[in-house]
Amino acid sequence: MGDFVPHTEAEIAQMLADIGLESLDQLFEVVPEALRLAGGLAVAPGMPEADVLAEMGRLASKNKVGSDLICFAGGGAYDHDIASATTRLAFRSEFVTAYTPYQPEVAQGVLQALFEYQTLVSRLAGLPIANASLYDGASAAVEAVNLAAAATRRQTIWVSGGLHPHWRSVLQTFAVGTGHHLVDVPLRGALTDWSAPPEGGEEPAALLVASPNYLGAIEDVRAARAAADRHGALLLAAIDPVSAGLLRSAGEDGADVVVGEGQPFGTPLSFGGPYLGLFACGMDQVRRLPGRLVGQTLDTEGRRAYVTTLRAREQDIRREKASSNVCTNQTLIAVACMIQMSWLGTAGLRELALRCARGTRYAREAVTAIPGVELLATAPTMREFAVSLPVPAPTVVGRMAEEGFLAGVPVGIEGGIVQDGGDALLIAVTEKRTKEEIDSFVSALEKAVR
Amino acid sequence: MSPAPGGKASSAPVVGRDHEPTIFEYSSPGRRSASFRTTGVPEWDADELVPAQHLRAEPIGLTEVSERDLVAHVTRLTHRQYSVDLGAYPLGSCTMKYNPKLCDDAASLPGLAAAHPATPEHLVQGWLELLWSLADTLCRITGMAAATLQPPAGAAGELTGLLLMRAYHASKGETRHKVIIPDSAHGTNPASVTLGGYETVTVPSDRRGLVDLDELRSRLDDDVAGIMLTNPNTLGLFEEDIAQIAGAVHEVGGLLYYDGANLNAILGVTRPGDMGFDIVHMNLHKTFAVPHGGGGPGAGPVAVSPRLSDFLPGPLAIRRDDGTFGWDTPARSIGRIHSWHGNALALARAWSYILANGGDGLRRVAEGAVLNANWLRHRLRGVYDLPYDRPNMHEFVASTTSLKKQKGLRALDVGKRLLEEGFHAPTVYFPLIVEEALMIEPTETESPQTLEALADALIRIAADPPGEGAAAPRTTPVGRVDEARAARTLLPTWDAVVEAG
Repeated sequence: MGDFVPHTEAEIAQMLADIGLESLDQLFEVVPEALRLAGGLAVAPGMPEADVLAEMGRLASKNKVGSDLICFAGGGAYDHDIASATTRLAFRSEFVTAYTPYQPEVAQGVLQALFEYQTLVSRLAGLPIANASLYDGASAAVEAVNLAAAATRRQTIWVSGGLHPHWRSVLQTFAVGTGHHLVDVPLRGALTDWSAPPEGGEEPAALLVASPNYLGAIEDVRAARAAADRHGALLLAAIDPVSAGLLRSAGEDGADVVVGEGQPFGTPLSFGGPYLGLFACGMDQVRRLPGRLVGQTLDTEGRRAYVTTLRAREQDIRREKASSNVCTNQTLIAVACMIQMSWLGTAGLRELALRCARGTRYAREAVTAIPGVELLATAPTMREFAVSLPVPAPTVVGRMAEEGFLAGVPVGIEGGIVQDGGDALLIAVTEKRTKEEIDSFVSALEKAVR
Repeated sequence: MSPAPGGKASSAPVVGRDHEPTIFEYSSPGRRSASFRTTGVPEWDADELVPAQHLRAEPIGLTEVSERDLVAHVTRLTHRQYSVDLGAYPLGSCTMKYNPKLCDDAASLPGLAAAHPATPEHLVQGWLELLWSLADTLCRITGMAAATLQPPAGAAGELTGLLLMRAYHASKGETRHKVIIPDSAHGTNPASVTLGGYETVTVPSDRRGLVDLDELRSRLDDDVAGIMLTNPNTLGLFEEDIAQIAGAVHEVGGLLYYDGANLNAILGVTRPGDMGFDIVHMNLHKTFAVPHGGGGPGAGPVAVSPRLSDFLPGPLAIRRDDGTFGWDTPARSIGRIHSWHGNALALARAWSYILANGGDGLRRVAEGAVLNANWLRHRLRGVYDLPYDRPNMHEFVASTTSLKKQKGLRALDVGKRLLEEGFHAPTVYFPLIVEEALMIEPTETESPQTLEALADALIRIAADPPGEGAAAPRTTPVGRVDEARAARTLLPTWDAVVEAG
């Protein structure tokens, strides 16, 4: 047998003889003959390692990345530096090739890393409990909505018009199954207007606000809390974990559940995945927490040990009554996040947020000085901002790519709800962007909008 | 000497079975690892950038450690962790095979890893070609017509499939309420059924360990949206009556959902599409060598028959007539499942694995997996109970029911003893229909010598004097862990530990 099946022909013959068979085909006699695949798979024959890597290299070379396409795009996926320590440690095969820690005695490494991750996410969110990760920011938002509906026994969710449009789409997809009713609450300018209740609806289970929102604007989470209180609803807040380095935590501002996209801490852009769903909540919701949770305990000899806990919430035990169907999560990405956050540390996280905000302000002032380019709406921003342009954004993005820039993500607003695509441009600046790069970007943009 | 002002942990090696301190115990005020590039951007203060009403008063206290201590800490954590790269992992239904290293290198290529997901399509032709090729090939492997790569894991794939089922019935003006699953199914199946807005109807297994056809027929009516099946099932047995099952379900207008957890067993042998399935999810982290990462990330693409392709989540990678690649969303798409395009780097790993194996190699995967599992079952006959002692596929289920009666040996104890023997434990107490179940999946990448050693260990454990198993494991980084205490005194963060004193 070939490549990754180690058996020699002689060993196969012996093993077959041991179980009373003469050929490998006989192993599959339990498959009715009519269903057996005649002639094998219509898939090309296998390739040697070097050829595979050459082919993967060919595909990789057909993508423009890095210094060929300097990244000013954000929209939920950010071009941050990653510490060498993070990359080197998170790629250790003990983490990469382990299974879910069902046998805690031989999984203390992953379990303790997740325990430390939960602690860091809890501090970031300003809430006492965080789970061991979900798939991405959008799936974390879906789980938050499901938690709120279960906690309040209500079906309606008020969703800020400033939420990431892809997240809104994911929420809508899953709401078809759960029967939850999503009501869009429009933006006034760049910020959610919670003052007028959406018409004709039932009382909401929760309000879902993103801060900073998709346009980069910092929302008033306390105002959202007050609105939630007026309706006896939970407050679900989607945060950007980098911005959290400067902003007051959503938990402190009254959010019951905090979700977020953890990609900025230690995960490359990766064409959108695997990313990391951050999820934190109060102790009052712990029995409804989706997914895995690691707790500290002791072993038989009184030594500190870690184990997945409150397992009765989970699908393998509770089956159709489980708090969520999630099983496989994003553990390895959570481990990378734990290492990157520890490397950043208390001072580093603040400095990272500060540097993003500085670059964003510098770029925003220069970009909006270009004739015909204006802020889409005025509001305080942190790490990205949206501008209207004299030329449609997709055209500008195409022109800017010729100059070696990924200029941003096209965005629009319809009826106070942010939309994917559109003629405006969402521009993000991370700590990686130098003054020189921003200056060249602005010069190129000046030509591209003519 | 006065005590250190921060934590007390040092980078002096921890030996034996002492615990590794948390990263928070290494913290010392003012110590740091992080540095940032020189940008030349004006250095405004925080209050010049963000209105005071939004600013936090104090930085978030994460931890304050040197890179050296961080690296020592995390490296020591890896020393307290078992993994496939270290040894065999016969965890039934999880397909913990060895994952070729070339896949790691492939997924680390900067041209793949550094691409922003919102890059215009003409600038990411390589990614689109990869995704299109993978979807096309997964359809060839499963015998389906079209596939979405967005679902980030198996459970997400299941829910996607159920929402596709829903959309299909809705397009016919029907609202159906029930989904049938066998009593041997994974827990994600019923959990997904609930989230898909359906009610679970369980069908029992017969004495062969297969879906009881008469019991199934008695549950079928026009309120059944479909059935979810794993084939081979979680007992490792091929559902021989699948053609009749498909016929009966289709007759009442229901759809067949294939849970791809056990796809490894049938690669190149038979295809879900040929069996009559309408919807298939695949666990790329089981069958196609995406490493499990200690619990994820995985990837759970969903492939469908022609009548369902119009409903797939979008956008999908497409190949245009001029040979270029782009995005397209199907006309009646159920919407997005993921923020972007799924776990793209995991998809790239799977593509490199498929390229390396090819159609011929994938068939050898199934042959090796099924040969290993059958051989091991034969070796354990007479030692452990084999409740379904018949030709199995990639895994089989043994039981300690007799050994428990004789000397108190439980499935749990066998698992813990195996840890001492240097192997990972099998899946225990699953499927739920077998008492004291040991679900064993050796996978194709373990050599006959490794299998022999695993069999010897299992046979030794069965011969242990009474009480031996309950004391295990004694050679692992920690002894048996007190799970009840963890739930009773919940300590989910270091802050909770400190507060509890």
